[in-house]
Amino acid sequence: MAELTGAQILIESLKQEGVEYVFGLPGGAILPTFDALYDSGLKLILVRHEQGATHMADGFGRATGRPGVCIVTSGPAATNTVTGLATAYMDSAPLVCITGQVATHAIGSDAFQEADVIGITRPVTKHNFLVRDVRQLTRTVKEAFYIAGTGRPGPVLIDFPVDVSRAKCEFQYPKEVNIRGYQPKKTAAPDSEQIEKAAEAIMQSKRPCLYVGGGAVASDAYKEVLELVDKTGIPITTTVLGLGIFPETHPSSLRMLGMHGTVYANYAVQGSDLLISVGARFDDRVTGKIDKFAPHAKIIHIDIDPSSISKTVKVHYPIVGDVKPVLKELNKLVKDKRKQIKDWLTQIEEWKKKHPLKYREGDGQIRQEYIIEKVGELTDHKAVVTTGVGQHQMWTAQWYQFSSPRSMITSGGLGTMGYGFPAAIGAQLGRPGETVVCIDGDGSFQMTMCELVTASHYKIPVKIILMDNGHHGMVRQWQELFYNRRFSGSQLGPSNPDFVKIAEACGVFSLQVSEKEQVVPALEKALKHDGPVLVHCKVAKEDNVYPMVPAGHALDQVMDMA
Amino acid sequence: MKHIISVLVENHFGVLAHVSGLFSARGFNIDSLAVGETDDPTVSRMTIVAQGDDRIIDQIMKQLNKLIDVIKVQDLTQEEMIERELVLVKVTATPASRAALMQIVSTFRAKIVGVNPKSVTVEVTGNESKIDAMLELLRPFGIREVARTGTIAVSRASELSTNGKDVSSSSSSAKVSKKSKTKKSKK
Repeated sequence: MAELTGAQILIESLKQEGVEYVFGLPGGAILPTFDALYDSGLKLILVRHEQGATHMADGFGRATGRPGVCIVTSGPAATNTVTGLATAYMDSAPLVCITGQVATHAIGSDAFQEADVIGITRPVTKHNFLVRDVRQLTRTVKEAFYIAGTGRPGPVLIDFPVDVSRAKCEFQYPKEVNIRGYQPKKTAAPDSEQIEKAAEAIMQSKRPCLYVGGGAVASDAYKEVLELVDKTGIPITTTVLGLGIFPETHPSSLRMLGMHGTVYANYAVQGSDLLISVGARFDDRVTGKIDKFAPHAKIIHIDIDPSSISKTVKVHYPIVGDVKPVLKELNKLVKDKRKQIKDWLTQIEEWKKKHPLKYREGDGQIRQEYIIEKVGELTDHKAVVTTGVGQHQMWTAQWYQFSSPRSMITSGGLGTMGYGFPAAIGAQLGRPGETVVCIDGDGSFQMTMCELVTASHYKIPVKIILMDNGHHGMVRQWQELFYNRRFSGSQLGPSNPDFVKIAEACGVFSLQVSEKEQVVPALEKALKHDGPVLVHCKVAKEDNVYPMVPAGHALDQVMDMA
Repeated sequence: MKHIISVLVENHFGVLAHVSGLFSARGFNIDSLAVGETDDPTVSRMTIVAQGDDRIIDQIMKQLNKLIDVIKVQDLTQEEMIERELVLVKVTATPASRAALMQIVSTFRAKIVGVNPKSVTVEVTGNESKIDAMLELLRPFGIREVARTGTIAVSRASELSTNGKDVSSSSSSAKVSKKSKTKKSKK
């Protein structure tokens, strides 16, 4: 059998893993790999900045459930991936990142474009590898994809020294993976005894509430969650990463909970006597003040990661396992509870009527909530939506009314501004033929808008709805509420560029919206356009996101719009 | 409370950094950490002494288990175990103090392993309380230097095998489910 170079072996290995797209940017230490990539048949999406490559791979991974792949060079390119890796790690998104490295003999010598990438990325990856011997390469790639995509998914980095990429050996791709210290199938299998106990607790509860997160999305448990709710009648709220796992148009939906969740979702959690947590991790933006969280509730916690259980709140019924098989078993054991919990459901209906989501109207300003509501209607609540971080993100969570799985792609854990646009590019490549909308803010968008060129060059038809309020809106909101209206560093308006011109200069079709009446026609036009579009919306400048539970308060201490 | 945690890990590059990085990133304190190869050259054993309440130790065990290169984790504090540490102490020794010093050394079944005109170096092994007691008694003579290996330990009864992961911490609620699972598979 002919020998291949390390670089060729890497590319062949990626093909074996079914990879179609590679997001990346070349440089010295990764040149042999880009040379092997050149006529390999893999499609390179050349980015303008490596952070964008990681977010694209992450967006691809979240939209499809399969690891996205990025390849960049050593040193500064590798350090540019750190934000993207940390984003994926916090939200358990599957991703494989390959970084070039200086030659093995030069490692540690402060060589040109050298960085200790293994050291730097250790706390932001599920695992990382330094390949020191070309004969280890295929096994490393196989393990990297396996680790990234199984169990609780996450980013895996392979540091690939340039001399290893030139060294030769025979190519033989392993069929199986066996890692002694990583056996996700064992943890994923549900434990019937625990499930029986949980089912009993559910049947006895008088005020149950489901709280569902990203783990259910990663597990593709859409049908199972729906069945659990339809069978029992238990009301359900989701985290921001859980959006889409359950149709928010369904009468049992309480929509999102937490800091900017609905009042009724938060009241339901606080009033519940049994909280059924499914693939969620009790993040502080969800729980508010932790010792006042769900004070009357016993807690069932289903999670594939044992370390998530009892990490911040004490759990009474732990179930370690993959959400989908756990719910399948649980669904066999539970029955209709609607009669038994009638009073509870009535109470929740009252809360829903008394505290609906609402926004201001009639002062001539365009509200982001209105635009997002319309995007929802025009896409039948079925587009893949990505966001940046801040007010527009929370309003998207509140107003889009998600109804299909893997449809909300947002940086929930790390809160990475600039995530939305590149993630949309990745998501679009993963789900061709579907509508992908990036709802972004002017602050977030400017962090990665260099990728406009990428979208334009590859004709990736993402629809960017840019909410321009001339501020870092969420920062402005906190300064208004908690910092005595001292707007330090939160005003962008005076220095914002002309976004329409920028888009046009990059070859992206763009539309301007400055009156409410223009919103729907512009959105319709954008959604029909065959190619990337930027809709620049001049929205109200000083709105706040409500409801809001101020940091450190209990979930029922809500500030709502007057 | 102090816990002695025994961890079997893959014997490759970077594993120690992964483990110690976990402790620093999550704000757990390590009292001591000792590493060495086992009889299987592909596996190393780390013995970690850490402080914390049940919740913290539970998290430490679970987070260690999560690391890909960690094969097995055991909280030895939960069972009967043998713990030892080796310490080298260089103590000031004058002709006048030597006799008293020798007496302490023999009481603790320690050894003099080095002598020079101004000091002697004592080697002592034992558990933490023995070592502390001995150091306390040597202090008045003038301790010049101390080097400690950190505690290593093994369980008296059970063995840590390398076949797959299992959490054997006491307080772990997740463990409850895991245990019942192993019971089942035996049926």
